[in-house]
Amino acid sequence: MAASQHVSKKSLPGAPGGADLSVNVFRSPKERVVEYALGLCALISVLTTLGIAAVLVFESLNFFAEVSIVEFLTETRWTPQFTEKHFGIWPLLSGTLLITVIAAIVALPIGLMSAIFIAEYAPSRIRKVLKPGLELLAGIPTVVYGYFALTFVTPLLQTFIPGLNIYNALSAGIVVGVMIIPMVSSLSEDAIRAVPRSLAEGAYALGATRIEVVLRVMVPGAISGIVASFILALSRAVGETMIVTLAAGAMPNLTANPMESVQTMTAFIVNVSLGDTPQGTVEFYSLFAVGLVLFLMTLSMNFLANFIIRRYREQY
Amino acid sequence: MISSQRYDERIERRRRRGLIFSGLLFVATVSGLVVLITLLVDVVMQGAQWLDWDFLTRFPSRIPERAGIKSAIVGSIWMILLTAGISVPIGVASALYLEEYAPRGWFLKLIQININNLAGIPSVVYGILGLTLFVRFFALGRSLLAGALTMALLILPIIIISAQEALRAIPSGIRESAFALGATRRQVVWSHLLPMSAPSIMTGVILALSRAIGETAPLIMIGALTFIAFLPTSALDPFTVLPIQIFNWTARPQADFQSLAAAGIVILMIVLFLMNLSAILLRNHFEKYRLR
Repeated sequence: MAASQHVSKKSLPGAPGGADLSVNVFRSPKERVVEYALGLCALISVLTTLGIAAVLVFESLNFFAEVSIVEFLTETRWTPQFTEKHFGIWPLLSGTLLITVIAAIVALPIGLMSAIFIAEYAPSRIRKVLKPGLELLAGIPTVVYGYFALTFVTPLLQTFIPGLNIYNALSAGIVVGVMIIPMVSSLSEDAIRAVPRSLAEGAYALGATRIEVVLRVMVPGAISGIVASFILALSRAVGETMIVTLAAGAMPNLTANPMESVQTMTAFIVNVSLGDTPQGTVEFYSLFAVGLVLFLMTLSMNFLANFIIRRYREQY
Repeated sequence: MISSQRYDERIERRRRRGLIFSGLLFVATVSGLVVLITLLVDVVMQGAQWLDWDFLTRFPSRIPERAGIKSAIVGSIWMILLTAGISVPIGVASALYLEEYAPRGWFLKLIQININNLAGIPSVVYGILGLTLFVRFFALGRSLLAGALTMALLILPIIIISAQEALRAIPSGIRESAFALGATRRQVVWSHLLPMSAPSIMTGVILALSRAIGETAPLIMIGALTFIAFLPTSALDPFTVLPIQIFNWTARPQADFQSLAAAGIVILMIVLFLMNLSAILLRNHFEKYRLR
């Protein structure tokens, strides 16, 4: 924009004070150096993405040189530590899905209901307490949630469900759910607030009660944003690491039973780096293959959420 | 024609349904807070017995009675200072470029989408990047510097996004009047935009750093989970940080170590609370002087 401002030599022969106006200060070397330096910094974020993709793909090639992609995607056992090694992603995938489903059952209804309450029902005085309170939940480090799941939620569940394993998917899933509640509620609340007030008032004028306005006008009007918030929160649950590492266990287990110990993709990645797995072995490289699957999953969920927001947004 | 009596019956039922519904909404909203309070109370009650000055000034130990978090606290301070030193200049510079310099178009859009997606990548994936790039490829080893670089990349998108919002909040009249007086773009940025957006950028930075101080997974990935009973003296030394020490103690089967973990959590939460408080105070303080 500013670069086009030229000072012509002819029109200004002698500037007052003898300043040399033939030089365009807007394109002076100093200006350019600053611009390029800032641009270089902005490039780092692009390089980070490329770096992540390159590391995951190239290191995974070492893994797929020894394990075929077909085995990786069809085998149902994941036993890198055993003498008879099997590398089928399904046990880790099912562990991740089980945790995510439990988290969804906890977080989606509670998050959406909190969003409706804060956006439509709570008086501003109460909202001023509730909103920061829920945001605090989002600020708690995940390792703290992991501690809470293992030392509080699991023993609590064991009093109701005798014989429940210390490491189980249920406890980890519930706490992951608690962790993503604020994400669902704040994003959904934004979506509900974006629905124009006039729509609600029109419905009230037609004699609708508050619940009818909320459920038949506001929520349907905000549905694209709400669904997007669900997907983003679940993508967070898929990538959550510390809670599942501490509370869900380290047993790759192809099961849909929430009472059992499972291992998620993230927990496997952490466990490989915790153990003494020698670098350069196929077990070590399996970390990158699992990381690649995790990366692709969360990336596609993020893209899907953005797509839904752009494609299905109601234009008011 | 609907008789008035039938109509009344129906409105009663609808109102009752609404009342039950609003009760459910309230319970759901409060349940999140109940969990929060339960968590805090549980942690304080479990950890209270270990919380004293000795706990802060002793090194980790295999004997619970002698264990402390000195090396973890010092490690966390090192980590936060290094991470801030790397990520703040780069993050603010990126935001300045994207908001003030970059020509509007598909390339800018691409970078913007990329930054938003980076914020959604699981932290453990950043750990994989750090392990491969910094620990192995640049041969920094399992050092503070490798950890801080990984952390810096992790919080960079958060800093960029908040700095961009801070810059966008500055009225364009400021830029235009400075340009009209003959200031160059660099002068506008340096003497107007940066000072004016500094408070909100600082708020965003503190919030991003409070994310970094609680992150565990990426540091475990780069191999920080070791027994460290000494203080780092340079950025290339091995280290431990508070969340890692907490993880380490939580993962042990003995109850004593788990309550030590609770004590560590109390310290971590106090640090986080102070950081968030300072961010809020900073924002409130400068809100008074903000141009409209």
